[in-house]
Order: sequence, then structure tokens, then C-alpha cells
Amino acid sequence: MMRFLLLFSRQGKLRLQKWFTPITEREKKKIIRDMTTLVLARQPRSCNFLQWKDLKIIYKRYASLYFCLAVENQENELLALEVIHRYVELLDKYFGNVCELDIIFNFEKAYFILDEFLMGGEIQETSKQMVNRSIEASDMLQEVRCTGTNAHPDLNHTRSIVISHVVFICLFAGVGILKRLGFWCFTKQ
Amino acid sequence: MSDVVEKTLTALPSLLSLDSQPGSAKLSSTAKLGNLIRGITELTSKHEEEKLIQHELASIKEQVSSPNTTMRQMRELMVRAVYCEMLGYEASFSYIHAIKLAQQGNVLEKRVGYLAVSLFLNESHELLLLLVNTVLKDLQSTNLIEVCMALTVVCQIFPKDMIPVILPIVEEKLNHPKEIIRRKAVLALHKFYLIAPNQVQHIHNKFRKALCDKDPGVMTASLHIYLQLIQENAEAYKDLTASFVTILKQVVGGKLPMDFNYHSVPAPWLQIQLLRILSLLGKNDQRTSEVMYEVLDESLRRAEMNHNITYAILYECVKCVYTIHPKSELLEKAAKCIGNFVLSPKINLKYLGLKALTYVVQQDPKLALQHQMTIIECLDHSDVIIKRETLELLFRITNAQNVTVIVEKMLDFLRLSKDDHMTIDIVGKVAELAEKYAPDNEWFIQTMNAVFSLGGDMMQPEIPNGFLKLLSEGFDSEEEDRKLRLFAVSSYISLLQGEPSKLPQRFLQVICWVLGEYSFLKEDLEPSVVLGLLTKLLDMKSSSSETKSWVLVAMTKLCWSEAAVSEAQQVAETYSSSFDTTLRQRAQELQHLSRDSQLHSRVLPPGGRLEPDEVDSSLSFLDGFVSEALSAGAAPYKPLHQRQEELSRSKVLSLEPYGLSLPISTSSCSITDRQSPTLLSTSSGLSGDGTDFSHRGSSTTLRLDGVKRVWGREGYLAQKKPVEEVAQVEVPSPLRSPSQQGDANSCRSKTPTPTANPECDQEKQQLASSLFGGLSSQSSVCLMEKSEPDIQRFRRKAKGQRSSSTTNEQRANPTVSSASAVDNLLCNNLLEADTEPINSSAKQTFQHPHSLSVANGACDAEAILTDGDPKERNQPLSSEDFVEADDSPPREDQERSKDSCLTPHLPAELSGFSHSEIIPLCSSQSLDLSACHVQTDNSVVLVVFITNTSEDANLQIQVLSEELEVFCVCESPVEEVRGRSVSVRQYSLTVKMPLVHFELVGMLSYSIPAGMPQAMMQFSYKLPLTSFIRPLTVSTEEYGSMWLAFSHDTKQNLTLIKEEREPLTATLNALNKKLSLHVVEIIGVEGLVACSLLQDQPCLMHCRVHAGRLAVWLRSPVPDLPDCLLYHCQRALQEP
Repeated sequence: MMRFLLLFSRQGKLRLQKWFTPITEREKKKIIRDMTTLVLARQPRSCNFLQWKDLKIIYKRYASLYFCLAVENQENELLALEVIHRYVELLDKYFGNVCELDIIFNFEKAYFILDEFLMGGEIQETSKQMVNRSIEASDMLQEVRCTGTNAHPDLNHTRSIVISHVVFICLFAGVGILKRLGFWCFTKQ
Repeated sequence: MSDVVEKTLTALPSLLSLDSQPGSAKLSSTAKLGNLIRGITELTSKHEEEKLIQHELASIKEQVSSPNTTMRQMRELMVRAVYCEMLGYEASFSYIHAIKLAQQGNVLEKRVGYLAVSLFLNESHELLLLLVNTVLKDLQSTNLIEVCMALTVVCQIFPKDMIPVILPIVEEKLNHPKEIIRRKAVLALHKFYLIAPNQVQHIHNKFRKALCDKDPGVMTASLHIYLQLIQENAEAYKDLTASFVTILKQVVGGKLPMDFNYHSVPAPWLQIQLLRILSLLGKNDQRTSEVMYEVLDESLRRAEMNHNITYAILYECVKCVYTIHPKSELLEKAAKCIGNFVLSPKINLKYLGLKALTYVVQQDPKLALQHQMTIIECLDHSDVIIKRETLELLFRITNAQNVTVIVEKMLDFLRLSKDDHMTIDIVGKVAELAEKYAPDNEWFIQTMNAVFSLGGDMMQPEIPNGFLKLLSEGFDSEEEDRKLRLFAVSSYISLLQGEPSKLPQRFLQVICWVLGEYSFLKEDLEPSVVLGLLTKLLDMKSSSSETKSWVLVAMTKLCWSEAAVSEAQQVAETYSSSFDTTLRQRAQELQHLSRDSQLHSRVLPPGGRLEPDEVDSSLSFLDGFVSEALSAGAAPYKPLHQRQEELSRSKVLSLEPYGLSLPISTSSCSITDRQSPTLLSTSSGLSGDGTDFSHRGSSTTLRLDGVKRVWGREGYLAQKKPVEEVAQVEVPSPLRSPSQQGDANSCRSKTPTPTANPECDQEKQQLASSLFGGLSSQSSVCLMEKSEPDIQRFRRKAKGQRSSSTTNEQRANPTVSSASAVDNLLCNNLLEADTEPINSSAKQTFQHPHSLSVANGACDAEAILTDGDPKERNQPLSSEDFVEADDSPPREDQERSKDSCLTPHLPAELSGFSHSEIIPLCSSQSLDLSACHVQTDNSVVLVVFITNTSEDANLQIQVLSEELEVFCVCESPVEEVRGRSVSVRQYSLTVKMPLVHFELVGMLSYSIPAGMPQAMMQFSYKLPLTSFIRPLTVSTEEYGSMWLAFSHDTKQNLTLIKEEREPLTATLNALNKKLSLHVVEIIGVEGLVACSLLQDQPCLMHCRVHAGRLAVWLRSPVPDLPDCLLYHCQRALQEP
């Protein structure tokens, strides 16, 4: 299980934090401090893994941004590294050639993507398409709704709900089910 | 109006970019946040930033509390507040607004609201309660996005107590037509399982449904739960093995939709999850393992691509292969894989390779030998992490031959290490190795000195404690002990003469203690000199007050010579007015003891061995007090965990049937109260003193951390060893034969990394031969040379119960622990021989495990006899030609022969039941009294045999007991016994109040021949509680309802019977056999046992395997019964 994910810049500025287990504020601050000092002090050609207390820290640098993921001791390090990589790919696909600034200015979007990708410290959805589809489903709403407001302010709520249903069904049901049906059969119990 | 305008304006950019640039459309971040961020980046000092943020927060605060703020604006404000919090500034005023936003906003605003809530609050925040209703509403919403959001937030933060409120709805979502909802619901349940396992216990079959879901995503999500469940109890899920294998086969075969591919590898996350589950299922289980060989082979074969993710799968595969029941083909392939990892130029893979080697090296030291040059290169690697991992590997292959080199390397590392956690870890390992393999005294003391000075004050307190204990308890030879102590004293004196201010406090304390205890051993050393050195410590500024009190105690021990006394007086003077009360007390002690030399020599005998204090950790001396208090109406004491549990039970309605909730309740208890199992287990008075245990516990955990990760420790070793040994013969020890040098050479030439000049090479080879020395010969030679003095030298005196803890060690390190096991066995035998020299041979004839004490009872009877040389008294009974002998075994024969000659006199109605050995109670010239007890199905009968060897006699017997009700089966108390015959009396016994052993006291008055003046004889008879215990056959459900009804209980950890496969079953069977307890059911690591005390007084036992021990919990309506029974269980399990 994953414990937390931190994104910070080369200067040690925190860009994103996600905690999968309850931790007090004070501890969070301490961990963030520890992580930045530990990871930033690493030499360039050393391995991407660290041991910190009873956790394993897997970090990777993408341009000026460090991704730092803490997992429990028995987890597979390489796999954790790929979790980070997949997250970067997801960000990249969403923002289109993502850079640190994208994440700074749209950090809430980065969180939304993360929430679709990981849930409760476990991988939820590994498919790039699927994650993007659900993010876009919500984003589409935003835009549709904005136009709605323009025309009929009083109707906007009902309309947005109706539209959201349409969008959702198109995106989830239409593409998703067709692609996935038709293979899964295994012995029951 | 302005509101509408503003909305239009903010909507414009996104409208414009809607069709042209999808990427930038998403960048519709609010201008205000942008401005804030830009503002911050332009600042130069922290102070300015603080000012700006404070200003920003103030404006946010003003806006959020204004009634005119729309939800839309609120959303934007929340984002800014979150940003400020991320920078480390508190924005707690916005928490409530975040909840409001989640509650009242539409979908988009809700999303931000939920996000803000999950970032702001933690699980125990009280505001979260306000969120429950919102979540509930959203879960029931018809809008899928809202349901998704609610499930996501439930997964992130949700108050534990409120889970029951939403649980039914989340459960319902498992049947939702949309797979994304089902998947999220499964993950939410997984989360619930982690934080409150007893809440989701009843939906286990729904997990199975999720596992069979037609959508692979849902199935993947359900594997998270299964991994967790199987980790806790693999047995219960063996039936799913075939399904998991089928799934893995399909995945590996590429049957999943492309969606699941990651860099064209099919569903790697799923594969790894499955491999993990399989390794748990196949562990120590040949049949289950056989099912998965094929698919493992397939996975190893398919994963060939040169990408990180395939390496991740390979690594998991290798781990699995080494965990499950071994198959040589697969092992070969896995070993090759490990080789690829180790030799890889990629540093991450090298790291994993080292880790893999560490796992397998104990089973397969050959692998480490193959890669020795690489290992040595890694030892000098620039990356600390790699270095550390290498040390971990070396730690596992340490033996008596290479210990000095390896410890040297570890200490070198410690000197450079800056990380506290790492230091603590390695210091512990060095101390362990030093204790285990130290070649000589000097080395040991010097190594420990290094440990103490490097470990400083961070190291675990067990290390100095263990060291001192080791010094004080000593080893087998007095002379060796003396030498070791003497060496320690001299080394410490020279340290103190150097620069003591640089030593850490802990080390100083150790030094003080040793000097106080043992400086008298060094004859040319005046106590005043030591005192002088110690005084220096007192004057040091860096000394803590704790150290100072250690110094004072040491001084107190030392002040027996004239010169020392005056110095001590001075010191005492100074500190007797200290502000620190402990210091003041120590100073006072010093003052008084130094004044009064007589008192001093009585309290602290010079040079006297300290007798270890017996600690009665079960506090049995308080029993009287407790029972008094109980009878006065006090409530029985309940341990903390039980109280908590009852509290939580009363808080949360338990709706599940009991049969399920019992195992859960304990596991939930172990979650809320993690300390309890370890605290519990120290309590037995029988299993020795607490300090020993605590150290042992820690040392086993230390070892465990390696052991756990060793692949396939059980089963595997036994199978593999012969093969290994053959291999060992082929690969001779590098230390001894030159041919190995060539071998190493070839090894090195295989490594692709360019090596430096030949001298450097030679150095490395030398290092290799010293590091891996003894490794190749390890399994063959060392196993046989168990008695090698080097190995045993620094082993603590084994205590009887130590053997239980060594099971772990045994697994961890085959070479040493087999030695230690032998050690312990011997010791056990010795101990037993001490306590029961007479009974050793008689034991086999006993029908009852505790007849031992019955025999003791017989001895008691002998003791009060007046006319009693025991040999004489037996003579008339046994055959005439019996030769008198002095040693005990013939006497046993005698008794046995008597046993057999009295057995026919057993009443016919009792002859079908088992009876204890017939033992003599007392005898006079013409009368012999013997007795045994017979256990029938529903009673215990005491049978007294009266053998009259002379004329007719009148006699009267009274049998009494405080705790037993004795009911005479025969009619009149006075009876005539004919000459030269055997008459039999029966007494049926009932328990009034449970005790560990019951004692019956009897009085026999007789007149021979009848009518003559009466003579009296006293006798006593002991029988254990277990004679009154009968199996109680109940079903699990009945057990459940009874469990709740009983109030008296006790908890303790017991030793598990050492059995490879199923220690729990073996242990329970032993209990069943020895104590006739009924095993109701065994569910995975837990077992239910029931018995009843005659008549019809049930006692229930719940057993759980925890950390290699058996945590038992007994409950009964009868006070004291659980405690007494526990005692017998303990005895039964300790007996071989």
C-alpha cells in the first residue's frame, strides 16, 4: 500500500501532497522536510530508492520536479517507480506536454487526476484512456455549464445535470463497455 | 447583475478555447490564483512571502464569510485557501466552508469542496461529522459523477465510527451497472476493511462476487482485499488458488483488452498482485504450489522485454518461486534472473538483485558465492543505499569465520552514516553478530565499545541491557567470565583516562556499572583511582543527571577502602543537596553506606556475585489480596484491551452472528491496541523473568525482519539441503583451497563492469576470500561442529523456555541455531534432571501428565511417617526375593510391581476407566495404604487400597479437603479388614473451588488386632485440576453465545509446539491429548477450545497464533478456573 505522494521542486517547494493514511499536521510537516532534504541530497547517478524509517521511498525527477512516493516495505520498488511514471504520463496527456507550471497553476486538476488514478493508497485505474475519460467527463461539464449560465441563469442547474448525464453516459457507457465486454470468464468460486 | 457579467467574463476564455486547443482549455485557472502564485514567485524573502500570504488569507476570510459570495466564487476561494495551506500557512477558517461547498454546490463546486475537505481535514477531525450527511446524499444521487466523488472521498477520509451509516449503500453499489462505480465501491470496502475489519466481515461473499466480476477493473480492485485477507489467513482461501491461476494465465496470455496494457505489457499491476497472492497461498503447501508451477514458468518466460515494468514482474516472480514449495527447474530459472539483476549495469536493478540475494542467501549460499565480486564492488559503491543493502546481505551470511571482516565493514559504514534510523538498525545488527560469533574476549569488548560509541544514545536500550546481562550472568566457565570482565574493566579504565566527554551517555552508564561491579577483579587497581575517574564524569558538563546517578551508584559499590571512603564522602556531600531527587537519593545512599562499612558489606558484599532477583511477574503473591477484595465485592480486574473492547462493543451495535465476530474482535483489538500482545506475554511467572523476555523479544524481532523476507524458509530448507551439500562439495571454500581463487577469477571476469589494475583486483579477491570464508563450508562443516567453542562463547546462558524463541532463529540461520537448539535441549534436560531426578523413568508409566505431582504427594506422605524407611515398608508387598537396592530405578520397579498387584482390586465399575498410578500413601508394619484416582466420564473417584498383611483389623479413614467435596461411597466409617487381604474404599470428589492442585488430607486410625488400642497415621494425596476437566462438545454457535455470557477471564501467551506445518493444530491436539480439551474449531490462525470442570462448569479458550506464540484467552463463569487451567496448559505445552 502506498502511504503518501509528494511533489516538490528542486528548490524544495512543495507542489502537491497526498496522504493515504491519517497523519497529524505536525508529522506531515516533518515528513515533508525530511523527504525534501533526503531526496534533494541524492547524487545524480544513484538509485531511485531510499529507506526511511520503516517505509521505502521511491523518487524520480522529471525536469525540475521531484516525485516522491512512500510505500510499505514489502512493496515492489520498480512497480512503485512505474506508478510515478504513469502519473506523469497521465498529467502529460491531460495538459499536453506537461511542465511544472501546469501543475502549479492547476494543482487542483493534478489532484483530480491523482484521485482517479489512485484511491485509498492502491492503484485504481491504470489505463490512460480511462482516467482521462473520467476527468474530461467532469471538465466537459464545466464548459457546458458555462454556456448554460449565459443563456438561462435560472435553468442552469437542471440543465447541467441533464447534460452531465448525457456526457457521462456517452463517455463511460459507450466506449467503456464495448471495449471491455466479451472476454471475461473464469471459474466461479 | 454584476454577478452575471462576471460569470460571463470568466466563461469567455474557456468558450473561446473550447474547440481550438483542448490542452489550454483546461488551463482556465482563476486569475486570482495565478496572481497569487506569480506574486509569490516574485518575492525574495520568506518574510515577504509570509506577509503576502497573511494578507491573502485575510481577504479570503473576509470573502468566504460574506453572505453574498456565490458558490462559484467560493470554489475559487477554496482553491486559493488550499494553496496557502500547502505553503504551510493555516487556513482553518475555511474548513467549514469547504464542507459547505461540498454540501451545497453543484457537481463542479462539489468536486472542489470534496477535494478541499480531503486536503484540509484528517480522519479524526470533528468537522468531518458534518460531511457524513452530504456523502450519504451523494451516494444515493442519480448523478454518477456525484456518486463517484462521494466514493472517492469515503476512501480518503471518513470517520471510522460513521462507517455503519454508509456501509449498506456502499455495499449496494457493488451491484451497480457501471463498472467504475463497482470498482470504487470495492476499493472503499477495502479501505473499510483496513480501518475497521469487523464492520465488513459479513460481506465476504460479496467480495467473491467482485472477484468474478465481468469487468477486469473491478476484479483487480477486489484483489486488494484478497491480498489483505490472505495475508491474515491463507488457509481459508486455498480454494481460490485455481481461480487466481486462471486469471494470471489469461493476463499473461494477453487476453485482456488493450486498455490494460502498460507499455505493451499486459496489466502489470494485476500480474504482480496475483503473484503476491499466489506466493502467500503456496507457502509451505506443496499441493497448492503445484497448481501454480506452470503459470509461474510462463510468467518467467514471457517477461523478457527490457523495460522496468517487466523487471518488476520478474522480481515478483522470483520472490514467489522462492516462497512456494520449491521446484528445481523454476529455482534454476529464478536464480538466473537474480544473476541478471545483480549483474545489470542499471543501479536500480542492482539494488533489487542485492535484495533478492539477501532473501535467498540462506537457502542458497552458492548464489552469493557466484556473485561475490559484484557484492564486493557494491560494498564500495558511492551510493549509501546500495552499500547498506550489501551489508544487509553480508549480515545474513555471517559466520564464525568471516565475522570480524563483516563487522569491520559494518562499523566503517556506521562511522560515515548520518541517518539515525540506519544507524540504529546497523548498530543492533553488529551487537547481535558480536554476541553470537565473537572469536575472543578482546574483540568482543572492542566491538561493543565501538557499538556503544557509534550507536550513541539513539540505539535500542536492549543492546546495553543485554550486554550488561551477558556480563553479569556469565557463561559456562568461571575463568572465561573473569577474563572477559577483567578485560572490560581495563578497557574502560583506559577509555575514561582518555577523553570521556566524547562518549555518549549510554556508554558512560555501561562503563559505570561495569566498573562498579567488577573493578575489584583487577588487583592492581585501587578503588580510589576508579573513584577519581568517576568523579571526573560527575564534573563533566555533558553528563546527564541519569548518568550522574549511575556514577553515584557505582561509587557506592566501590567505597570499601579507606581512601575511597573519604573521596566518596566528599562527592556525597556535594550531591546530597542536588535539586534532582534521584541524584539526591543516590547521594544519600552513598553517604550512609560509605560511613558504615558493616552495613556496606552486608548490602553490597565486596566481590560477591549478585544473585539474580527472582521476579514473580504473575504477581501471584497478591492472589490472597485479590481474592479477599473479590469476596468483598470488588469488580474483577479487566486488562486494558478487554475494557477497550467492551467499550467499543457497547458503543457500536454488533449485528453479526457471533461465530464470525469472535476472530474479528480480537484482530480489531490488535489494531487499536497494538502493544497488547507483547505486554501480555510477559506475565507468566513460569516462563522466567521479564527482562529476559523483553530482550529476547527484541532480538527475535530483529532477526525476524530478515526472516520474514526470506523466501520459503520452511519446507524448503529441508528439501534443498541435500542438493546444496552436493554443490558445496563441488565448490570448495575460497579460504582454504587455491582452486577457489581461480573460481573467483572466472566470476570476476564474468562481471561486465570494468575493473581497475591487478593489485586492486587482488585486494578485492582477498576481501572476497575473507568475506565469504566459511560460507561454502558453512552448511556442511559448521552444522557438524556445533560444539565449536567460538560459536557458543557469547551465547547467553540458555534458559529453559528459551527454546521456544529459537524456532525463529533456527529458521533464520541454520548453522547457528541448530547449535543453539542443541544447547537448549541439553540445558532443558539438565533443568529437568534437577527438579525431578526420581521421576525421570517413572514418567513413562504415568497415565496422566500431572501424576508427577501426585508422586510428590506420596513423598509428603512418607515424610510424616514415623515408622518409615520406605524400602522396608515396601518389602512385604513385593515378592520376597526382591533385592534391596539403593538407587531409585529399582524402587520404581517396586512400585510398578505394586501397581500391577493392586490394579485387580479396582472396583469393577471403575475398571473400564483410566486411573492414575497407584501410589503408596503410608504404611505401618501390617497396614499399607495406597491410592489412585479414577476419572470416569462425569466424576472423579479416589480409590484407597488398604492392604492388611497381618491379622484382622478395625480401621477408620477420614478424608478431607478444603477445596474438594469428598463423599464416601461406602456406608460406615468403621470397617473391619480381614487379615492378609486388600480392601478398597471409594470417595467421589467434587470441586468446590478450582485450584491448580488439590490436596486431600487423610487420617487413618486403626487397631490390630481388632479391639486393641488405636494407632493413627496421617497421609495426604495430591491430584491436579486436570483430573476434573472433561471435554465439552459444543458447536461454534453455542460457543459464541457462551463466550459472551462468561465474566471471568484471563489472557496469556503460550509457547507453540514447534511443528513445521501447522503449529496451531499440533498445539491444540497436544492440549486435547494431555488435558482432554475439546477442540471446537480451527479457523486459520485461530482456534476455539472448550472444556468443562466437573460438574458442568464450562471453560472456553480462544487461541490465536500471534508472532510465533499462542495467544490464549480463557473465559469461564467460575472464578479462578481460567487461571488454573492456564497453568496446566502452560505445563502441558512445556513438557516435551
